[in-house]
Amino acid sequence: MDNYIWLIPVLPLAGFIINGIGRNTLSKGAVGFIGSLLVLISFGLSVATFLQINSTGQPINVELYDWFSVGSLHINFSFLVDQLSSLMLLIITGVGFLIHLYSAGYMHDDAGFGKFFAYLNLFVFFMLLLVLGSNYLVMFIGWEGVGLCSYLLIGFWYTNPSYADAAKKAFIMNRIGDLGFLIGIFLIFNTFGSIAYADVFGKAATMHPGDAPFVLITILLFVGAVGKSAQLPLFTWLPDAMAGPTPVSALIHAATMVTAGVYMIARSNILFTLAPDTMEVVAIVGLATAAFAALIALTQTDIKKVLAYSTVSQLGYMFLGLGVGAYTGAFFHVLTHAFFKALLFLGAGSVIHAVSGEQDMRKMGGLKGKLPITFFTMLAGTIAISGIPPFAGFFSKDEILAHAFMHSTTFYVVGVITAMFTSFYMFRMLYLTFYGKFRGTHEQEHHLHESPPSMTIPLIVLAILSIVGGFIGRPEILGGHHWLQHYLAPVFASSTPLLGEQELSKSTEMVLMAVSVGGALIALIYAYIKYVKNNQVPVEDTEERSLLTNLSYNKFYIDEIYDALIRKPLDALSGFFYKVIDKMGIDGLVNGLGKGAIESSKGLRLLQTGNVGFYIFMMVIGIIAILIYSLQMFII
Amino acid sequence: MNTFHLVAFLSIFFAILVITAKNPVHSILYLILTFFTFTIHYILLNAQFLAIVNFIVYMGAILVLFLYTLMLINLNKEAEPAKSNLVKIAAVIGGGCFLITIIASIRALGASNPVVLQNPDLGLVKNLGKVLFNEYLLPFEISSVLLLSAMVGAVLLATKEPKTV
Amino acid sequence: MENVTNAIQTIPLNEYILLSAIIFSIGVIGVLIRRNAIVIFMSVELMLNAVNLLLTAFSVYHGDASGQVFVFFIMALAAAEVAIGLAIIVMIYRNTNSIDINVLNRLKW
Repeated sequence: MDNYIWLIPVLPLAGFIINGIGRNTLSKGAVGFIGSLLVLISFGLSVATFLQINSTGQPINVELYDWFSVGSLHINFSFLVDQLSSLMLLIITGVGFLIHLYSAGYMHDDAGFGKFFAYLNLFVFFMLLLVLGSNYLVMFIGWEGVGLCSYLLIGFWYTNPSYADAAKKAFIMNRIGDLGFLIGIFLIFNTFGSIAYADVFGKAATMHPGDAPFVLITILLFVGAVGKSAQLPLFTWLPDAMAGPTPVSALIHAATMVTAGVYMIARSNILFTLAPDTMEVVAIVGLATAAFAALIALTQTDIKKVLAYSTVSQLGYMFLGLGVGAYTGAFFHVLTHAFFKALLFLGAGSVIHAVSGEQDMRKMGGLKGKLPITFFTMLAGTIAISGIPPFAGFFSKDEILAHAFMHSTTFYVVGVITAMFTSFYMFRMLYLTFYGKFRGTHEQEHHLHESPPSMTIPLIVLAILSIVGGFIGRPEILGGHHWLQHYLAPVFASSTPLLGEQELSKSTEMVLMAVSVGGALIALIYAYIKYVKNNQVPVEDTEERSLLTNLSYNKFYIDEIYDALIRKPLDALSGFFYKVIDKMGIDGLVNGLGKGAIESSKGLRLLQTGNVGFYIFMMVIGIIAILIYSLQMFII
Repeated sequence: MNTFHLVAFLSIFFAILVITAKNPVHSILYLILTFFTFTIHYILLNAQFLAIVNFIVYMGAILVLFLYTLMLINLNKEAEPAKSNLVKIAAVIGGGCFLITIIASIRALGASNPVVLQNPDLGLVKNLGKVLFNEYLLPFEISSVLLLSAMVGAVLLATKEPKTV
Repeated sequence: MENVTNAIQTIPLNEYILLSAIIFSIGVIGVLIRRNAIVIFMSVELMLNAVNLLLTAFSVYHGDASGQVFVFFIMALAAAEVAIGLAIIVMIYRNTNSIDINVLNRLKW
């Protein structure tokens, strides 16, 4: 099996090359087939790898080649497949395959079909590189690569200037985070003398907090994660990224790319455990992001924006989990989130496809009967995300909340309230879209139809996963043995002893579970009363809103604040540099040299008087000067 | 010794008159007198050949040529407009600087020896002729070419262009 | 002749150098003061002659005949130069009807 691991990323790369070169010449069927098949084969290989690691428990090292050696820096291009990366491989290739299948149906009428599949394959390649790397540099290549593909895919319909702007915004915000990440890698090399995981983590496991600049390193790594995983304050790109096609949102912004930050921190868990201050910062930022995004999602009317803010909120949960030491819980949430969020996005895509491109929920409604498969799968996804057992989201979210409770009661309370909000706005979305009467135009009503099988099959698969996926992490008190925790134990082995007691009494755990489930159900019922019984529909844009609703609807004006705080001073600074330093300073210097030459020549020209007597006089003076110079030792 | 100083004084006196005379014809005449004193200097040094050549070539030919040209120019104005006083003073100062430079550099040589005529026959025509035609034959021939070219040049420059009909 | 040559037996060389230098600088001053081109030319001849005298004095002092030969060549050269120079001055007079050097200032900026 070791010999075939290199195929896992290379197959999608081959798909990129084939589809990229043949995007205009190959038929749409061929492009879709090739792209999806290659990812399916990668998925098969990932399953084989997973089974091998599950049985042996040994990580696999694949050395590809010595990349470069400069002085004391030796970097190999090699892969490390252990329990953590094997699970990520399954997610990336599995969900990736389902989305490829979905796109074959969704993007069927688009002119850039071949280009789309090429970009999708390229993205899968880079994401695989990110999780397979055995040192920080290979991870960084994948990190940057997925940022690039995200830019290409968000701005896929680039002829619309606001879409192109959204792509640029995503890329630039990612870059801000990447700078922190890069400086963190430099510091790691400076401290440990190597950037390979084995070396760094091996050395770190023997150290104590304070032996090395752990806080600085981990803060910088976290900055990278903030940019990539859309945490406060670098999250504004994710809602704008909904400008891309829906499969893109599903793949990149729900299942894979945004979880890269979580993966990176989970991988470097020993470094973070040795810096408790950073963990505190991570938890607070995650919690704040979760609450902030949930508040904004309460009043959004665009179906994709609701899902975008919900993604940001769930990512906040994951970082909260990482910050309080629940590494397994956070990663568990990554897995379950991949299932239900991809499902929700693909379902939203199906709805948008059915209503001929309308995305405003105020113009939908009553689609339950017309789109049954979409309805039932989205219902499953909504119940999963709200954390209602026995669906997947309940187990992962509850584990995070339990660890948060152990860490600090305030965290737990805020987390539970945010969970209630999550349940409320998700069910609000469901009710507005599927219940009641259809509020759109007559034209749209005629065209309402269920999506083709290429789109509904992935929905069904993901729905099944959302329902049963939680059982891999069933905690002991509910009868299971936490398979995931045992499986991932070797990865977090060095951190676990340092984290302290992680046990709650059985009764406390039951109470916590009851509280969170109860809260979710209450929110569900409230949303039902509001939107189905009373048939309330959110008001149009021109109507008045209450102050809080207005703030929430306008996303707390955060984009405007950024504009005033950051962009305007930068513009002023660059204007200053342009007008003063460049134009006046540098140009003045260069032009001044030219002018100086001209002016001096104008002056010197006046020596040529044409007067012979003057010339002779000058000659005599010159001769006297020469004589004095050469005879100076004689002249006393 | 007295002879030398007398003749030297006369040379300087006439030279100053050359450059300060208003009428250019007067300048030429004073120059002739100056060259005459130079001839006496050559005789004092027993450079007989040079004295005679100086007399014949310089005073007889060159200065007469000057006189011819001056007549040709047909200067009616007796008093030519002189340069401004400022320029004159600047010129005198410039020349004075030059003189002082030369003299100051001579001072370092200290008192020199008297001019002892080691070979009193040095300036005789016979001896000078021997040196001229033995060692300096080539420059002698070339100077004849030089004189030829000067002649041709002068003729070319001075002829009026034939008017084309 | 011996009486004459004996008369200069005791004149220091410095005095010849001094005399020559004075006449040379008088020539320089003449070039700078006068505006008549012919008079300037004459001052140049004065300078040449001063140099001739000095060369002869040195030649007699060192007993080397080369100095007097050199003077001979200088005289030949001076004759040629005067011929050409005066021809040029005549041409200038024909064209501009003046030999005032302040008028000949076409070669200016």
